[in-house]
Amino acid sequence: MPEITCREALNQALHEEMERDETVFVLGEDVGLYEGSFKVTKGLLAKFGDKRVIDTPISEAGIVGMACGAAMTGLRPIVELMTINFSIVALDQIMNHAAVARYMFGGQVAVPLTIRTPGGAGHQLGAQHSHSLEALFLHCPGLRVIVPSVPADAKGLLKSAIRSQDPVMFIEHEGLYAVKGEVPAGEYTIPLGRADIKREGRDLTLVTLSRMVYVCLEAAEELAKEGIEVEVLDLRALNPLDMKAVLDSVRKTRRAVTVEESWLTGGWGGEIAARIMEEAFDDLDAPVLRVGGADVPMPYNKALEKAAIPDAAQVAARVRELF
Amino acid sequence: MDGKSDPLMLGTPELLSMYRDMVRIREFEEACPQLYSQGKIGGFLHLYSGQEAVGVGVAHAIHPDDYLISAYREHGLAIAKKVPVQAVMAELFGKATGVSRGKGGSMHMFDAERRFMGGYGIVGGHLPLAVGLGYSILYRGGDEVVVCLFGDGATNQGVFHEAMNMAALYRVPVVFICENNMYGIGTSVARASAVEELYKKSCAYETPGLRVDGMDVLAVYQAVHQAVQKARNGEGPTYIEARTYRYRGHSISDPGTYRSEQEKKIWKDRDPIPALAAYLLREEHTSQKELTAIDEEERKIIQEAIAFAEESPDPDPEELWTDVYAP
Repeated sequence: MPEITCREALNQALHEEMERDETVFVLGEDVGLYEGSFKVTKGLLAKFGDKRVIDTPISEAGIVGMACGAAMTGLRPIVELMTINFSIVALDQIMNHAAVARYMFGGQVAVPLTIRTPGGAGHQLGAQHSHSLEALFLHCPGLRVIVPSVPADAKGLLKSAIRSQDPVMFIEHEGLYAVKGEVPAGEYTIPLGRADIKREGRDLTLVTLSRMVYVCLEAAEELAKEGIEVEVLDLRALNPLDMKAVLDSVRKTRRAVTVEESWLTGGWGGEIAARIMEEAFDDLDAPVLRVGGADVPMPYNKALEKAAIPDAAQVAARVRELF
Repeated sequence: MDGKSDPLMLGTPELLSMYRDMVRIREFEEACPQLYSQGKIGGFLHLYSGQEAVGVGVAHAIHPDDYLISAYREHGLAIAKKVPVQAVMAELFGKATGVSRGKGGSMHMFDAERRFMGGYGIVGGHLPLAVGLGYSILYRGGDEVVVCLFGDGATNQGVFHEAMNMAALYRVPVVFICENNMYGIGTSVARASAVEELYKKSCAYETPGLRVDGMDVLAVYQAVHQAVQKARNGEGPTYIEARTYRYRGHSISDPGTYRSEQEKKIWKDRDPIPALAAYLLREEHTSQKELTAIDEEERKIIQEAIAFAEESPDPDPEELWTDVYAP
């Protein structure tokens, strides 16, 4: 299989879906002429023209609202929001409009809208360009929340997101765009809401997603040297949430730690931990523990920024507490 | 500039149909407070009495396959767009037969078939949606238009300006109609907007803005008709301020004491329904007897709608979980 970057995998998904389906179009700030601030929309304007690749003004609520209206008539817009922090500017359109329209109007309308947005920290971008807000969207019924880690998943999941009849928050990690991985040649999709075991193990399950998958794999290598065989479960999506995969893994390993980059307080790790304890308490040999980012606005200073995000040593230390 | 009545474009049947629609809306809305006090209608209830000339003028100026999208004071607009009045009443009762199957209520009526694209409870929140509906028409090469109604309060929201800018940029076939009833809840336009003449607010977007008498259904009709024609011809959006007045408070729980009796009287003296009736009689389109017959028929229709809503079932308890996601 060819090795390509996440950025290229996402770009392939966009090209393929726009070729496949004329109702698919892309809009956002600098997605056309500039080809996206992370170059994910490269080549789209040249190939598909400015009717289907729209450079918008810097108007996040306007962009998402416009896409929502277009989706309500059966088109399949893909919005790029330049960073996930800007999604908050459009939160009314996402949560009060796109997420609730189907329900509020008695099932008469679908909103097949995909919102792609880079999230996460690691580039010293400070508190208004670095946060991981997937838990915010997980909290809202009606939205799908997809958070891929490897290029193959990114491509297959984005294609499924675009084809979904529900509004999808598709959260990409800024730190992963250049990461390479094997991507199957040819057409394929990955169903939304199916977790993937990125490393098998018998002693403990690390439940994680996005860039923390790599941190967990690194921690697993360390722990293996000590005889602790860790399973790394990549959720790939928070909604739909593959709780079956989590429970199956935990019933096998009997221990679990959730690992998220975002703020620990109110994060998704607490939700997963609670559900494991509700549904598999008797299978556990130890309490479920959590690892998360520091509960602080992201600092600019490189060392402070690094300290705000979990690393492999931190994950390994938390795992050791359970043995 | 003010829109002027141009009755020449309308025949007697159309004029009588306008009269009938206004009466239907008034009868519907005036039946609601009692049903609310009986506990049959819940939630917020924003009534349209006084503003009928706007909704009816708009609805008669567009085609059935044109889109209409609005804010939360929308029962009258739904009725004007020919959403069955029984389904509108049943929605207020929260019944399964309601236009949104009992899940939307007063503020969230929607009828896909009639292209009534919803009432929305966030002030100004639906304006970008209207731009998207318009973009979709362009995208598919259709010749429909979108009319987007909102209150004076919405013009102070950020998305009003975002939507105006994007509508003009992409030349979408959208007619924005501000129903200026002079109050955003209890705060008058003068106390909320730096620019009181709201029709001027589109000037920053090179979008024609005009003011029309929102108590004159023919004036509204004519202004909207022209704007719709322009939109259909690819000439882009228009912004119309229709000056009107809501007779009741902002919602059912608001007695409206911030407004003087004198002010209310000035507007009620210009009530759009008797005004149209007087015109129809003067121009010999109809007789008083015929108008009275319409009044009685509409009263009966509303009573039947109430009975329909009363007799309709509540949604099945399973409906709690349906339509959150695509099946």
